[in-house]
Amino acid sequence: MSSIPMEYYLILSAFMFSVGVAGVLIRRNAIVVFMCIELMLNSANLSLVTFSSYLGNPIGQVFVFFVMTVAAAEAAVGLAIIIAIFRNKKTVNIDEINIFKW
Amino acid sequence: MTFYDIIFYLFAAITLISALFVVSTRNIVYSAFYLLFTFFGVAGIYVLLGADFIAVVQIMVYVGGILILLLFGVMLTNKITNVEIRTGTVQLLPAAIGIGIFMGAVVAVMIWTEWKLEPAQIPLTTTKDIGHLLITDYVLIFELLGILLLIALIGAASIARRDQE
Repeated sequence: MSSIPMEYYLILSAFMFSVGVAGVLIRRNAIVVFMCIELMLNSANLSLVTFSSYLGNPIGQVFVFFVMTVAAAEAAVGLAIIIAIFRNKKTVNIDEINIFKW
Repeated sequence: MTFYDIIFYLFAAITLISALFVVSTRNIVYSAFYLLFTFFGVAGIYVLLGADFIAVVQIMVYVGGILILLLFGVMLTNKITNVEIRTGTVQLLPAAIGIGIFMGAVVAVMIWTEWKLEPAQIPLTTTKDIGHLLITDYVLIFELLGILLLIALIGAASIARRDQE
């Protein structure tokens, strides 16, 4: 297929996942946290497609399809929640949304 | 170094660099635009891996749907006129340590594992196989996902709606 070993794709996916985790940990804005969650889902999809391609089995791509559906549902509901929070508290910074904390 | 390798490194660089910019840039709208390049880079790598259908779905769903939704979220939750669109960062050092440990563990596992690989061949088209699997082995999950999307649609509309008195 090509001269690129499978590990390169997997390491790329691991890097993307780590960047996403970093974003979730260090950013304050809830929407950027959402973008980083999408990054992590994308990197998981990338490993699934890699395994599917290098093992010659299309089931991995079916699961990518499922992950994309769940990601779309998650983005829709999550943004609705963020907008509802913004309407009540006038902020989307996650360190200022601490009403469950005492 | 073949042409194929050069394309792989190009797309990998686009994906990683724009992913880093998504996390590090302070303007949220710029973050969303760098996320666009990340999605396109991942779609290019899907094409390199022979997953043509998934690549097109990636562009349609992520760029056409989720990214637009995120941009709407940015526009609705930030006062553009008040220049309050920048955000800071918190907890840099613990995050860096945790991610370093995580990265090292994952990459070590990936390199040291003996993968049992088939001699891979790129199928001419993957759409037929995916469609066949979706309506035979995975038909229950497929239907459940349809219901999940419907629930998410109704839930998102009812949460985001302003309450009428």
